[in-house]
This record gives sequence, C-alpha cells and structure tokens, in this order.
Amino acid sequence: MIVDYFLSEEQQMIVEVARQITDEKIIPQRVELDEKEEFPSEILKAVAQADLFGLYIPEEYGGFGGGCFDMVIALEQFSRGCVGVATSFAASALGAYPILIAGSDELKEKYLPQIASGEKLAAFGLTEANAGSDASGIQTTAVLDGDEWVLNGTKQWITNGGEAGIYTVIAITDRSKGPRGASMFVIEATDPGFSYGAKEKKLGIRTSSTRELIFKDCRIPANRLVGRLGTGFFTVMKTLDLSRPGIASLGLGLGQAALDESVIYAKQRIQFGKPIISFQAVQHMLADMAIQLESSRALVYATARYIDSKPKDMSKVSSMCKVAATDMAMKVSIDAVQVLAGYGYMRDYPVEKMMRDAKILQIYEGTNQIQRNVIGQALNKEYSRS
Amino acid sequence: MKILVCIKQVPDAKDVRLDPKTNTMSREGVQSIMNPFDAHALEEAVQLKEKFGGSVTVISMGPPQAEETLLQAVACGADEAVLVSDRAFAGADTWATTYTLSMAIKTLGGFDLIICGKQAIDGDTAQVGPGLAQRLDIPYVTYVRKVNNVIDGKIIVERMMDDGYDEVEFQMPGLLTVVKEINEPRIASLKGKMKAKKMKATVLTASDIKADLKCLGLQGSTTQVVRVFSPEFKAERSMLTGTVDEQVGKLIEKLEGLL
Repeated sequence: MIVDYFLSEEQQMIVEVARQITDEKIIPQRVELDEKEEFPSEILKAVAQADLFGLYIPEEYGGFGGGCFDMVIALEQFSRGCVGVATSFAASALGAYPILIAGSDELKEKYLPQIASGEKLAAFGLTEANAGSDASGIQTTAVLDGDEWVLNGTKQWITNGGEAGIYTVIAITDRSKGPRGASMFVIEATDPGFSYGAKEKKLGIRTSSTRELIFKDCRIPANRLVGRLGTGFFTVMKTLDLSRPGIASLGLGLGQAALDESVIYAKQRIQFGKPIISFQAVQHMLADMAIQLESSRALVYATARYIDSKPKDMSKVSSMCKVAATDMAMKVSIDAVQVLAGYGYMRDYPVEKMMRDAKILQIYEGTNQIQRNVIGQALNKEYSRS
Repeated sequence: MKILVCIKQVPDAKDVRLDPKTNTMSREGVQSIMNPFDAHALEEAVQLKEKFGGSVTVISMGPPQAEETLLQAVACGADEAVLVSDRAFAGADTWATTYTLSMAIKTLGGFDLIICGKQAIDGDTAQVGPGLAQRLDIPYVTYVRKVNNVIDGKIIVERMMDDGYDEVEFQMPGLLTVVKEINEPRIASLKGKMKAKKMKATVLTASDIKADLKCLGLQGSTTQVVRVFSPEFKAERSMLTGTVDEQVGKLIEKLEGLL
C-alpha cells in the first residue's frame, strides 16, 4: 500500500474515475494500440464523457475547476495503464495552458469550453528542427498583415499533431527584440495554410500522434494572439512550470505499474525450487524500486500542492519533481525488465513497453539536463540574495 | 421524452457462493452491483436523452441499500432516482414485483418510454419487463439490440432473434427490454459522481403507491419454491488415445454402440 496522502472526497472521486478508465479501457487496449501505432480516440472519448478533460479548466468555462494536484492524480492513473494514452491526454492540457494563463477572455470563452468537454483536443507547438532545448532558435515567423497574422515555418515532433483541433503555437514577431520578440498564437486545424507532416515512428508512446505542423502563409485573425505581443516566451515558461508535474506524474504511474508487474512475477516465478522473491538479490531490487517510487511520489505530490498554493516562482520545484520522477521511471522500468528477465524482454509481458515508454519522459517538455540547468540557476540566484 | 429505467441491485456474480446445506445463495459479505443488463438499459436511456432531449428517471424495488445502486445510475447520467421500498414488498416474485412497480409507475406518471434489462442475473426469469408492460397495458419489445429512431411519438427498434433481427415500430408510451449488444455502458463521470453524492432517492412506500396489501410481497406471490438444488454432474468423460486413425475408429465404435 502506498502512503496515505489524505485526498479530499473530490480527489478520491477523480482517482476512482481515472482508475476505472485505466483498468477497463486503457489496459485491455494498450498492446494493440502500441503495435498498430493507432491513436486512442475511443479511450479519449471515454475520458471526455467522464468529464476529465475539464479537470484543470475553471468552472465558468465548463470545467471542473481543479488544480495541478488534481491533474497529477488523474495522470498517474492513466500512465499506470499506458504512457502513450496519458501523453495524448496531457498534451491537450499543455496546449490549453497558454490560453488559460495568458489568453484574452474572448479566447478563453471560445476555446476552453471545447477543450473542457473533450470535443476538441489541444496541442502545443514550440519545438522546431533547430529549436529544441534552445528555444531561441525558433524560425517560425508571424507577420501582421492588415487585421490578420500570417505564419510561416515548421514545428517539429508536436504531440497530438493532426488529432487536435486547437493549437497554441509560438512564432517570432520581431527578431530584433530577442526573447521579447516571440508571441503565442491560437491556430485552428481548419485554418488556411496549415498542414501536417508525416506521423513519426517512435521508440515508445506509439499510440500518441507526433507530427510536424507546417505553416505556409497560414492566415489567422489578429485576435488569436495569446497575451500581449512579445510575451510568447514568458507564456511558454509559465506553461512548462505548470505542466512539468504532470510529466512527473506519468513517471509515477509508469513506475507503479512496473513495480506491480515485478512483484507479482517474482512471487510466481519458481527457480531453484523457490519463488524468486525469496532471493535477496531480487528482494533488494524490488525494495530499491519501491523506495525510489515512493520518494518520487512524495516530491511530486508536495510540488503539485505547492503549485496549487500559487507561489510566485515555481520553476525550481517543478523541474525537481520532473527529474526525480522520470529518472525513477526509467530506472524502475529497466529493473522491471531485469526481474522478469527473458520473459520481461518479450512483448508478451508489459514491462518492455514500459521501458520503451519511460525514455521519452526524460526527454520531452525539457530534457532532464535542461531541468538541472533550471534548478542550478535557481540555486545560484537564491544563494546570491542573502 | 420522459424515460424510466428499471434497475435491480443484484449480488456480484463474480462473488456468488451457495450455502451447501440449504442450497440457497449466501448473500452475506457478497458485494452488490447493478444488474449488468440494466446498465445497458440505463446507457440507452441516457443516449436517447442526449440525442432527443428529455429526462431519465431510475426506479428500483428493493431494500434501503438499493439506493446505492440507484445513485450509481445517477452518476452515470440519470436525473432522478426512485426507490420503491417497504417491508411489505419482501419475498415478492415477478408477479408481485410487476404489480408493485406498476403501481409506483402509475403514481409517478407520465413516462413515454420504460427500459429494462432483458433479465436479472440472479433470478434469470426475464419476466419483469414484459409483465410490467402487461400491467400498464402498453406495448413492449423484448431483446432490443438497437434503437433506430424516435420520430413523432413513435419508436423504431431492432429485436435480436436467433436467425437475424426484426424491425419493430410502435407508438409510445411503451416498454423495451434490452440485450447487452445494444451499447457499451459508460464509466460514471466526475460531475455525475458529485451530483450523486449530494442526491437522495425519493422513497415510495406501499401506502404512497396505494397498493393493495394482498398483492404485495410473499403474500401476493404466486410462485412457490418447492426445492432448490444443484444439478448433479453425471456425464462421463473418456480420452481416446492412439494414432488419428485409431482414435477415429474408436469414436465410430462408441457412436455405433449408442444407436
């Protein structure tokens, strides 16, 4: 049993609903979705029907009005089933956050209810071929022409690309202004001049859709600017601060699933006349997995609750929980394959998929190296003040 | 469209134990669930509401704890919950049950469509749906696998048959019993769960529904349970061995021996 985190009644309901979707919809379909690299539309429909797309969206826009912690406990359940499905769900939130954080009332009223109901998925367009960890390398431009913005450029590896109806995309509006020269826009799937690249072939999270967003003289109304002109990078930073605990929670769910599979297997597998769980070599591996998982969970939950208290600066803790939980997920899933050994390496058992899926968690929404930069810089700043 | 769904709380089939002495079902410590076929009835009602508008009321005759199952139905999309509950109803067979439910439905009044599961997994009679329609004197279709349309007060449905299906149309009010092929019940939504948490089922007693006490419960039941027993397993099994030809030969020999 995990530590009791004293969830409220509402939070227990969130866990119950997410758990039921995971057990009844995600787990039975995950192998097929992974093998066929098929988008989990049907599962996401069930998620929408259960009101979970609106979890973090204010009630006035048709949501549940929950916070970061509510998202974390839901995502933890989904990722216990499949990180690919959970990623598709989380990416919609990532696409919605810029509107929620910086959007005008008009944009909020137009887009948030559609996202909250699950009628449309959202996606977030930041990365480009030459702008990964270094976001200043962005090439995509937006130029005001009369009362329309005209976008040109290509976004790369965009989760929910081609599946989402609403995209929040960052583009350079004035290169001479450096970090203050980028702005955020809302693009609709049907906008003229907007198309997609081919679906990428990935190591893991194969059910999720990853594509290029291609803008060729893509024209959108002027009011699709999110926040003030030139504030795009700030919106991105705030968005990522809010979303990183979500990625951390994907690590928690995956780590939990890997530990569950390992312990169950170790109790059943007989070698030398005994279940392998009776051997210290295996016991210690399982113990280490449990220790790492439970300590990550403590940090992620504490961080999410701290973020819900609306602190001024949350970058450091947000990055810390992302690193801890996703490094843990990688380690624990590798060890799960080791505990299941030959069987674990086969696709008949779920742990090889967990190991493949875990890797992306250390990479996307800021590599764990970039997270350490954020943490290091924050420490430097903190200790300079006194 | 006002829709009523009849729901029964049943013991979870995964967890059923028989008392070896009395051969009756041991209900102690067994978890109760919504009768699975009723979950399909509820889902169809909610889908019809979403498509054509209206409301969904769920009704159950049962002990006070059946409210839990009714509220579960609210979490899955029902608007109102009615529990028909009274000590006088205890021991009812399908005859007394349909009487009780029909009196409750007449008390509530005004439903366009009643939907039931094709049967309950504990009693397995499949009598309550049709019996209820008879008592209410409304048309009914059993084993419905699809609702094709609702138009001008008429409903068009497909009835599952062994060799295909019948398309049946009737003027509402009427009653349907549904098979599991009709839909996939949804998972309770967050808002539904929160609504259910705050809600209480309306309780109707024998006097509320102006029932004739003679027609209720054990007294009003025509069914008599003479004996309950587990069927004995008598079939003999044997394994044929040898090459395929030898096995076929032995099988033919055995079959000829039976003629």
